[in-house]
Amino acid sequence: MQFYGTEIASRLMLGTAQYPSPSVLAEAFRRSGAGIATVSVRREAGGERAGAAFWDLVRELGVALLPNTAGCHSVREAVTTAQMARELFDTPWIKLEVIGHADTLQPDPFALVQAARILVEEGFKVFPYTTEDVVLADRLLSAGCEVLMPWGAPIGTGLGLTNIYGLRTLRAQFPDVPMVVDAGLGLPSQAAMAMEMGFDAVLLNTAVAKAGDPAAMAEGFARAVEAGRLAHEADPMEPRDMAAPSTPVIGKAFLT
Amino acid sequence: MKIMINGTETEVREGTLATILEELGYGDAKVATAVNEAFVPASARDVALSPGDRVEIVAPRQGG
Repeated sequence: MQFYGTEIASRLMLGTAQYPSPSVLAEAFRRSGAGIATVSVRREAGGERAGAAFWDLVRELGVALLPNTAGCHSVREAVTTAQMARELFDTPWIKLEVIGHADTLQPDPFALVQAARILVEEGFKVFPYTTEDVVLADRLLSAGCEVLMPWGAPIGTGLGLTNIYGLRTLRAQFPDVPMVVDAGLGLPSQAAMAMEMGFDAVLLNTAVAKAGDPAAMAEGFARAVEAGRLAHEADPMEPRDMAAPSTPVIGKAFLT
Repeated sequence: MKIMINGTETEVREGTLATILEELGYGDAKVATAVNEAFVPASARDVALSPGDRVEIVAPRQGG
């Protein structure tokens, strides 16, 4: 699997926020096998040097970094944040979030497309955090995005895949576009389901960081992602309504 | 002069973004900057600031 021409080994991507400690974060990453970590930029005071400490921590993880524009509500805010992130993390990759609704943290589809277009023109490799809307997906691809990251459910809810029909339609509509189910997952079974449906990867944070044992949950998700991917590649059977005996009928002893 | 640093009104000596970062203790910190909502690359911090300018100074942080 490739994102913008870069080969990706693991189909599990992990956020770096909300862990109880830096050592738990590092252990969770080790057991997840994740190859990509999401990060952000935030205000720093003079003499604080928290940024340098976090930078050292994530570099020791040995993973690729995907900075985000989390919390941005306007095109300008998202673009400026992306520009600052590119300089800080030395990568053209950007997880583009432009939030349009406070309670659901749903992306603002109009601002998202506009920001994506500007960033692509500036040479960014944009990973848009989007909904399952196929028209919006089409617009994002036209804007130059080569990866899509539809939500499973609103950020931090742990509700899993709330619109299976919509996600299935999106997957079927653009079979060759790398797609990551991003946000809303709470359990490994939900990640397995996304992978079984043919999504290329999943990205999660809260489900691991807020588990009682984040490192164990990270491994749980890693196994689920692998299981779901294997199942997808194995061409699953079609479900049917009526029972069909699995044990051969022919040769059964006649014992009425 | 008074400028806004990360949303807080701050008294600084007149100068460029670079000299003001130095004055405020950022020194060699790993930070990126924006002035009046526009990104200012590290290579362009010799720009002079004016009273009332809004300066944002950010660093790497945890994210999802």
